[in-house]
Amino acid sequence: MAFQVRKATTKIIPHFRNGMGFFLGPLEMGFFNSYSTHLRNTSFSAHKIGTRILGSENMPTHLFSRRFESIKVGKQLNCVNDDRDDQVLEFPGGKVKFTSQLSFIPDREEERIPCFRVLDDNGRPCMYSNFTQVSKEVAMKIYHDMVTLQTMDTIFYEAQRQGRISFYVTSLGEEAINVASAAALSLDDLIVPQYREAGVLIWRGFTLKEFASQCFGNKYDYCKGRQMPVHYGSKRHNYFTVASTIASQIPHAVGAAYSMKMDKKDACAVTYFGDGGTSEGDFHAALNFAAVLEAPVIFICRNNGWAISTPISDQFRSDGVVVKGQAYGVRSIRVDGNDALAVYNAVRAAREMAIQEQRPILIEALTYRAGHHTTSDDSTRYRPAQEMEWWRVAMDPVSRFRKWIESNGWWSNEAEAELRSRLRKQLLEEIQLAERSEKPPVADAFTDVYDVPPSNLQEQEKWLRKTIKTHPQDYPSNFPL
Amino acid sequence: MASVLRRSQTVLNSLCRRQFSASPDGNLTTHAGKSMNLYSAINQALHIALETDPRAYVFGEDVGFGGVFRCTTGLADRYGKDRVFNTPLCEQGIVGFGIGLAAMGNRAIAEIQFADYIYPAFDQIVNEAAKFRYRSGNQFNCGGLTIRAPYGAVGHGGHYHSQSPEAFFCHVPGIKVVIPRSPYQAKGLLLSCIRDENPVVFFEPKWLYRLAVEEVPEDDFMLPLSQADVIREGSDITLVGWGAQLSVMEQACIDAEKEGISCELIDLRTLLPWDKETVEASVRKTGRLLISHEAPVTGGFGAEISASIVERCFLRQGEQNINVLHVVRPFSSLHNPIHILLLCLCID
Repeated sequence: MAFQVRKATTKIIPHFRNGMGFFLGPLEMGFFNSYSTHLRNTSFSAHKIGTRILGSENMPTHLFSRRFESIKVGKQLNCVNDDRDDQVLEFPGGKVKFTSQLSFIPDREEERIPCFRVLDDNGRPCMYSNFTQVSKEVAMKIYHDMVTLQTMDTIFYEAQRQGRISFYVTSLGEEAINVASAAALSLDDLIVPQYREAGVLIWRGFTLKEFASQCFGNKYDYCKGRQMPVHYGSKRHNYFTVASTIASQIPHAVGAAYSMKMDKKDACAVTYFGDGGTSEGDFHAALNFAAVLEAPVIFICRNNGWAISTPISDQFRSDGVVVKGQAYGVRSIRVDGNDALAVYNAVRAAREMAIQEQRPILIEALTYRAGHHTTSDDSTRYRPAQEMEWWRVAMDPVSRFRKWIESNGWWSNEAEAELRSRLRKQLLEEIQLAERSEKPPVADAFTDVYDVPPSNLQEQEKWLRKTIKTHPQDYPSNFPL
Repeated sequence: MASVLRRSQTVLNSLCRRQFSASPDGNLTTHAGKSMNLYSAINQALHIALETDPRAYVFGEDVGFGGVFRCTTGLADRYGKDRVFNTPLCEQGIVGFGIGLAAMGNRAIAEIQFADYIYPAFDQIVNEAAKFRYRSGNQFNCGGLTIRAPYGAVGHGGHYHSQSPEAFFCHVPGIKVVIPRSPYQAKGLLLSCIRDENPVVFFEPKWLYRLAVEEVPEDDFMLPLSQADVIREGSDITLVGWGAQLSVMEQACIDAEKEGISCELIDLRTLLPWDKETVEASVRKTGRLLISHEAPVTGGFGAEISASIVERCFLRQGEQNINVLHVVRPFSSLHNPIHILLLCLCID
């Protein structure tokens, strides 16, 4: 192949060329329309500069036009035999080397991105692992809270099966990601959750009574009974309220982090989502915004292999989620999500970088959704029972961490039995109390839509109250009027 | 047909030359300010918003250099690139980012370059912004969010630079929808929206950005939300509209007056939550209602108005025979003259 590198700056086409007659009009607005069209096309133009510049002499001249002041070929050459290694294109973002090799970037590296871990499957620290040792106090709280989450999930799941609450989502198998990530953060860090991160709230001191009140939707529920169970939120714990929508919370973390940056806070925003969520546009929007706006935000992906019944092989063909960070200019790491110490260390390091360097970090934690998607799902219909069993038993993050604290002499069988029985008793009590508590008043259906109820909602509330009066038998008796 | 078109051209010319009014008498309003067009009024409101609140931010596609309609001119130079900045070309990102920013107690003023491109952000507006306060039991809110978007026909925009998507948003409790008709209104309403404690979608009539000129006070002032404005008093028929369509309707009122019909013209200004009482009072007086909007008639916001007013004034009292007529403008680039024909329909 013979190439000629043409001088790329021979002709400048005016940016504001009014190519489309219909934009001409009495209003100057036409100018801005065509300008915006131009702006939307610039990436296309840049692409052409990058690829077609090595083409034939008959190429239309407009493809050579310089679109940016900052774009030029570093060294102009006319001869085929010149050394092309030092030919570069000055392009926004840095010099781009030209190459005579027609080669594509591979779809993935031969070796998958490795996964950082501290404890092996048996809870023994890996040799040469450069991790920050956690204190006994922190380790014990991590373990206590993981067991709390596990026990709460079991009891609430049973309560749903008994028809006492309408719905539930467990975090089974993901206790380490939940609790250890929370342990590595400061309470000033804002949590922007999906719905499988109740362990973060446990770590922050949200009580079992508060969990039960939300799941039963009684008058003590901060959400005033408006949401399905597990849609927790707490201003006091710096934890945004959960929405059922997937990934739509991720850009919020970027906006919140930008605010923290402007306020020069020693804190960051942390958002959680699953592997399925990374297919949503909001994930990509958020990573890109965070990189461009240099926002101190940590993106934590719980890659648990399943989005309801969709396995990750039907979700994406990339090497998981971790590789998506680099494409956006976001520093990323893959960790063993079932290793609490690995998660703790990764999040701690991520937090330091996010705040010190004011930049986003992406963490992909590999794990497994050991429970069903929700109580509305039966996952044995789409995945083998042995697979679930293996992850539940052999890979359980809670028992792996227990082995480590036991090997340190910090834990015993007696302590274990005592903790689990105490938690179970406490949870059963809280469930009974929450169940018996009064429901939120009917007025709560109309407040908080706006800061002050507008006349249309006041009118609708009147209609409702009138209907209740005329049909009292159809109105549930446990809702105060 | 030819004569109708000629008449349309005359009307269009008269509209283009006409001064814009915001007063009941239809004359150029004197607000003891500076004569300015609509985009300059928006720009001034944004300057005031940034000046008066250090927690206010303006962002969106191309806002850094002043925006494709020049509404953000000079803001980045004056208030810094940290507070006035470009974002990537991604509407769902812009609104999602804005919600997070607003939830931290900031005034997040997001620009969507054209209302036609707001749909990627629809989920963020409907499922996130609108429900943020409600779902948290008022623990969190993103009331500081204001989404500005130029909307409506300009005569040459085609499908993707002319839409009037307000009705989609008027179906969503939790947000407010506001559309100004003139520079004075734009400045006062925009400042109210920015400072309102609820997320607001603020549609700007881009046809009027440069065309509409009126006196606008240079100081900081706000106009009330959810309060309709009776622009012109009359006794035979009530006309209700918003945004750029009001200039067409006002001309129709003037023409109708020559034929002895006395029209009352109401600018709804806020579409959600809207001021039923003002419209109701007017229709009780005139007994007739004409609603006109640029958006498609089926499922348009006019249907909501007509349903509510018929229910309040007719079904409940059964006192008057209410005639309700919808008039809409299409947004095809080539069929622009048709909207002028619709003006004739208004008069008929």
